[in-house]
Amino acid sequence: MQGSLIDTLARQGITRRAFMKYCATLASMMALPPAAGRAMAEAMAAAPAATRRPSVIWLPFQECTGCTESITRSHSPTLEGLIFDAISLDYQETLMAAAGHQAEEALHAAMKANEGKYLLIVDGSIPLGLDGAYSCIAGKSNLETLKEVAKGAAAIVAMGSCAAYGGIPKANPNPTGAVSVSDIIKDKPIINIPGCPPIPVVMTGVLAHFLTFGSLPEMDAKGRPKAFYGETIHDRCYRRPFYDQGKFAKTFDDEGARNGWCLFELGCKGPVTYNACATVKWNGGTSWPVESGHGCLGCSEPDFWDAGGFYKALSMPADPLKIASAAAVAGAAAGVAISFANRGKKSAAKSAHETTTLADLEK
Amino acid sequence: MNDMQFLTWVRGPGLDIAVGIFLLGVFWRLFEIYSLGRKKDLSAPRSVSGASGWHTIFRRSLPPEGMLGKSPVSYIGGYTFHIGLAIVVFLFAPHILLIKNLTGLSWPGLPSQFVDLVAVVTLAAMVVVLVDRINKPVKRYLSTFGDWFTWTLTFLPVLTGWMAVQHLLLPYTTMLAIHILTVELLLVFLPFTKLFHAFTAFGSRWYNGAVNGHKGVAV
Repeated sequence: MQGSLIDTLARQGITRRAFMKYCATLASMMALPPAAGRAMAEAMAAAPAATRRPSVIWLPFQECTGCTESITRSHSPTLEGLIFDAISLDYQETLMAAAGHQAEEALHAAMKANEGKYLLIVDGSIPLGLDGAYSCIAGKSNLETLKEVAKGAAAIVAMGSCAAYGGIPKANPNPTGAVSVSDIIKDKPIINIPGCPPIPVVMTGVLAHFLTFGSLPEMDAKGRPKAFYGETIHDRCYRRPFYDQGKFAKTFDDEGARNGWCLFELGCKGPVTYNACATVKWNGGTSWPVESGHGCLGCSEPDFWDAGGFYKALSMPADPLKIASAAAVAGAAAGVAISFANRGKKSAAKSAHETTTLADLEK
Repeated sequence: MNDMQFLTWVRGPGLDIAVGIFLLGVFWRLFEIYSLGRKKDLSAPRSVSGASGWHTIFRRSLPPEGMLGKSPVSYIGGYTFHIGLAIVVFLFAPHILLIKNLTGLSWPGLPSQFVDLVAVVTLAAMVVVLVDRINKPVKRYLSTFGDWFTWTLTFLPVLTGWMAVQHLLLPYTTMLAIHILTVELLLVFLPFTKLFHAFTAFGSRWYNGAVNGHKGVAV
């Protein structure tokens, strides 16, 4: 791809106006001041043409390629996809034509040429079990590769819940000893874009921010961009009024479900899930899980896989109570035992009781 | 431990332990208390005691004549927070769902905004009775560690539950986990503190009423 991004977009039939609108939308989604939309547009449209497009290295570890699918197949042709095209994606196994030694060469060439400047995107968790043998690329464990590539990166984007928090590979009992990027790399700025998969616009928003300002956007305590993960699904859910009225679907096909009532009782994790699905939606704003009738799984939260089951409401026990009946029996037994002891004490006191006679008092 | 693991722990093993200790304590103390027994009263009843025990259960829920005026804070504050607690605990939809899951029993809930209002009123009433306890020299003198402790145990679940719903101070996930944890503390200590009156108050009232009836002062 040659020329600046704006030229590329024009060739693909995207007008300057549409591009400006998109940047303004991105800026407003990220709660940036209005001028930031313009700055973003200028940075993204012009900068790549001036010198070289910003180099991005994308490392896939223990992952399912769902994150790549999410961004590349979002809805085409998309501005997200085009901006993604406009960066210099120097290494991405799924998308690159090269394979084997050629791919490795491309990786090392990009690392060398852009030392200290490239953006590293990681999807998938890193297995530590068996010295990392569970997942190797080019004869190297993911751990080795990550450490090597992270060294020269300007910043790291942990794409998807696996890279951000360990995700499904880390699910109990975590057979491969999977960990997240931030568990290993401590000396680089890391931003987490969790989700299984993450929303495409969240990813381009973060990329646009990095391209425009050269830094990562403001993050929450879990390293996620606040602009997209600032509020819970529940608080932004269009079904929220039903929750407040106490109207719940009890099964997936009852009257409540047909009326679009709240899915809390069917296990929706919306109240504890911070993500932008309820506002941004999926597939070009077509729909999102709750709109399609299924509760939120909480996929952008750490350890969502082990959070007590997808179909159990948050106020339900995560596991069945195991010791309750035994405890009740033990308590009753203790009570009975003590009552016997009390009775014994009583009768002992009774039999030890000495009557006082008049003669005793006159002594 | 991140907040989701914390929440899953309090919903899982934490709840299991708390309910276990609660049931153990409740059965233990109920068996112990009711097996104590009393000496059989061999005297002939002065009058047929009839429903005196049941009457007393009800009558002692009402202030004796003149007492409402003398001690309005205790009575009004007491009513408010007891009724408030009952509404918040038993008529909030997520709570009903928990009870349904544990016991199979369920009933309709109230709108969450109403429960929210009741929670605020309950908290206010509890603060008022606490201040009253501190301010009145006699009440303060009669108060022991157990009184301050049980007040805290009761207050915290309402406060944290309300704060979780209102998204105050901490993220909802953490606050919800803290809320459940405080409820678990309440469950653990309930059988072994004066909070056990939830199980014994009506029983002892009935007993007193029945004994008084036997002695000829049936009410």
